[in-house]
Amino acid sequence: MNSIISLSVLGVLVLFLGILKKKTWLLPLILLGLVVSLVMTILHWNMNRSLFHNMLIIDNPGVAFSAVMIFSTFLIFMFAAQYYRKVTRPLDDIYAVMIFALVGAVLMSYFGNLIMLFIGIETLSIALYVLAGSHKEAITSNEATLKYFLLGSFLSGFLLFGIALLYGSSGSFDLYAIHAYVVQHIHQGLPPMFKAGLFLLIIGLSFKIAIAPFHFWAPDVYEGTPTLLTAFMATVVKTASVFAMYRFFSITFFGIHGVWEMTIAILAGITIVIGNVTGLYQPNLKRMLAYSSISHSGYMMLAMVAFSGSTANALLFYSVSYSIATIAAFAILILVREARGNDYFGSFNGLSRNNHIEAFTLAVAMLSLTGIPPLAGFIGKYFLFAAAIEQGWLWLVIIAIAGSAISVGYYFKPIIAMYFREDQGTILQSDKTYKVHILVLTILILLLGVMPFLISGLI
Amino acid sequence: MLTLILIVLPLLVSISLFFVRNERWARNLALTTALVEFGISIAALVQYFLYCHCQLLFRFEWLANYGISLKFGMDGLSMLMTLLTTFLVSIIIFSSFTQKVARSSTFYSLIILMQAGLVGVFTAFDGMVFYIFWELTLIPAYFIAAYWGGENRIRITLKFFAYTFSGSLLMLVAIIFLYFRTPLPHSFDHIWLYANNLNPAEQVWIFLAFFIAFAIKVPVFPFHTWQPDTYVTAPYSGSMLLGGLMSKMGLFGMIRWMIPITYPVLNRTDGLFIIFPLVGIVYASLIAIRQDDLKRFVAYTSIAHLGLVAAGAMALNSQAMQGAMIQMVSHGINIVGLFIIIQYIEARTKTTSIRELGGIALKAPRLAVCFMIILLGSVALPLTNGFVGEFLILLGLFKYYWLYEADAGLTIIFSAVYMLRKYQRVMLGNTNTVTESFTDLSFKEMIPLVAILIMVLWIGIAPGMFMQLAENGVGQIIGIIR
Repeated sequence: MNSIISLSVLGVLVLFLGILKKKTWLLPLILLGLVVSLVMTILHWNMNRSLFHNMLIIDNPGVAFSAVMIFSTFLIFMFAAQYYRKVTRPLDDIYAVMIFALVGAVLMSYFGNLIMLFIGIETLSIALYVLAGSHKEAITSNEATLKYFLLGSFLSGFLLFGIALLYGSSGSFDLYAIHAYVVQHIHQGLPPMFKAGLFLLIIGLSFKIAIAPFHFWAPDVYEGTPTLLTAFMATVVKTASVFAMYRFFSITFFGIHGVWEMTIAILAGITIVIGNVTGLYQPNLKRMLAYSSISHSGYMMLAMVAFSGSTANALLFYSVSYSIATIAAFAILILVREARGNDYFGSFNGLSRNNHIEAFTLAVAMLSLTGIPPLAGFIGKYFLFAAAIEQGWLWLVIIAIAGSAISVGYYFKPIIAMYFREDQGTILQSDKTYKVHILVLTILILLLGVMPFLISGLI
Repeated sequence: MLTLILIVLPLLVSISLFFVRNERWARNLALTTALVEFGISIAALVQYFLYCHCQLLFRFEWLANYGISLKFGMDGLSMLMTLLTTFLVSIIIFSSFTQKVARSSTFYSLIILMQAGLVGVFTAFDGMVFYIFWELTLIPAYFIAAYWGGENRIRITLKFFAYTFSGSLLMLVAIIFLYFRTPLPHSFDHIWLYANNLNPAEQVWIFLAFFIAFAIKVPVFPFHTWQPDTYVTAPYSGSMLLGGLMSKMGLFGMIRWMIPITYPVLNRTDGLFIIFPLVGIVYASLIAIRQDDLKRFVAYTSIAHLGLVAAGAMALNSQAMQGAMIQMVSHGINIVGLFIIIQYIEARTKTTSIRELGGIALKAPRLAVCFMIILLGSVALPLTNGFVGEFLILLGLFKYYWLYEADAGLTIIFSAVYMLRKYQRVMLGNTNTVTESFTDLSFKEMIPLVAILIMVLWIGIAPGMFMQLAENGVGQIIGIIR
């Protein structure tokens, strides 16, 4: 609760600073505010209380995931100064909207009531529609926001309709009440209305997570959105939506199997295949990362399908490792776009010659996303695969494995360009602090790979 | 403890090498590390023989909830492979000194990283840790071949990576699946994985996953298509690492993991899977006879020789398996020797095409003698290292099924044919314009070759110590099968 309040206050403060035209204070204040919120979130550990008649339930998984999201936002803000270096107008609006989006994400990780879920998602989404179009002069950014807004509001309707149907059959928005209803009716079979509601809810959330076949918005929106904000979308937003789905199922279907797993398993299989195969044909890194994020949503669905005590943990580890590696990739992408004008794979040629640290970071990020030991991405994949195999989803794991093998084809494109092709472009301009920041990300990826027990036993 | 040092030391050195700017320093540091590693493995050997059958175990609960522990140790087989690794890496680094290497600190850093990975693979007694090190070796191997390689390196090395990575992923699924079939509480420890309770159908799938993963790495026919191109395009040090050590990872995996876990499948299928390497022997030998490029020639001979080893490992009797272990060591030594000689020839003549060479023996008698001895080792002449292993394998195969032995025996005939013919073309006859100004080996160039010659003759004449190590390795595995 404190973290939600502190984040909201932070957003308002940022807007005030904008009015006062204190541009230089913005980022330090934001970073400080995020650290304070992070600490407040962590202080909720083992608190286990519910607020406002179960509207918000503060439990350990929720705390862990909101901490991850706040931390990811912190990492993204570390690169904001460089990204907006040449922009002279005050950026308080963009930063404030990002923080409000984070508030929505945190709400989604604590919800105990479907209304709260909807409020969280809408807070997040409306902020994102604004962010996607925040580069007003660029036509691609306008395209991105329009596409995202139209599809997003349409799919929000699905979500809302699904919630309404669930309410209609169970008589409550409360997750525990729905759980009680499910337990009562599972033996004579759940009514069609409930199942339809469930299905629509899955569709609504799948859109936010970018699961095939509801993923078509992702590549275009990712490409058009300003890169820093794309990183935000690909990590924080995804983590929030995936965990919201997990939270819904883990509470309402606690101890009950065989109702919706097959639906999600099929979606996961399709997502992994489409994400990885289409990823092979992308001409530039940003679109490739969009498809990479789609395929990773598919992997995360494995945790959804294989429900057991350890899956929250697996999901947490996977989200962390995925987020860090993706942010690292975007951090380098920002530099390359700035120095070389675009992010086609040709623009990465010979990067290793003059930009050791940058090239090394991107290579580590790509290898981690591929899932190569001893990097964090491998451990994340291992946890998910193990959970799925334990529950007998071998066919799905084999699809996921095939997907990982295919993904070598595109994750290695930037590596090959950076290390094995001749230099053509200008040297990337990054100052010392930026280098230190990306090195921190690299070390985190390595550290989590070698010492996964740092966060693997938490929840 | 020594086992842990063998892995951690090169890891640390490899990281610090990245930051060494001075190229001279970098290569000296790399060589020193390799020699220190060799020294430590000798110390481990001494310790092993003094307190016999102690396994020098190191154990650390890494992920206790998931049953993964960092468990390293050395039995006879691990000891053999570790000695081979530390010996060959020293030789490989030393032999690379004769060439100019661009960005050498990164180059040596990757070689040392590779060494850490290899020792990890050979000493891991935990399935998941084995897998992690198995993949860890792939990264430096890929980068060495792709950065310092020759023509078409990007396409060829990506094929190599994708091929081997796919195989390893199959193995990953198999290992995780096995984990859930171990007695409660589950564990990846090798003893637990051996004591699995798979039903016969599951055994077949697990066997296939392991077999494909390891067959790609060796490579065994028909999973070899990545190999000749990769050996040719990789720089010499890379080819030596791939041919001398990485291929042994596949064979080692068969002996340590595949056979003890899924031997009933081998029993039930009655030698069906031995046919793959046996076909490979004939196939690769026939191609080798027709090869003009020396590097590609060595690549194909490697498929033939390693096919024999794979067949021996899968024959499930102690002679063949012991022979397989000895032959793994011998082949590693011989192929590195051959690559060093080709490297010297190419450095002088700028070509590896056999057609353009000839008469080198007249100009370079020292090179000719070294080449001849290593070649005889490959042909498996008595008193050279090749003979010990191949003889035992053939004996074991004969006990298994005489027709297999007859087929496998063709390797010896074939290899005599192609090896001697190539030697004749390259070394004998009259000099031509290319080889006219050929100079003999310098003292520095002789050092790695002499070390290899010593090993060729030592294993050939007095294989006692190696036999004893292999016997110990075999004993445990045969004990499980019986």
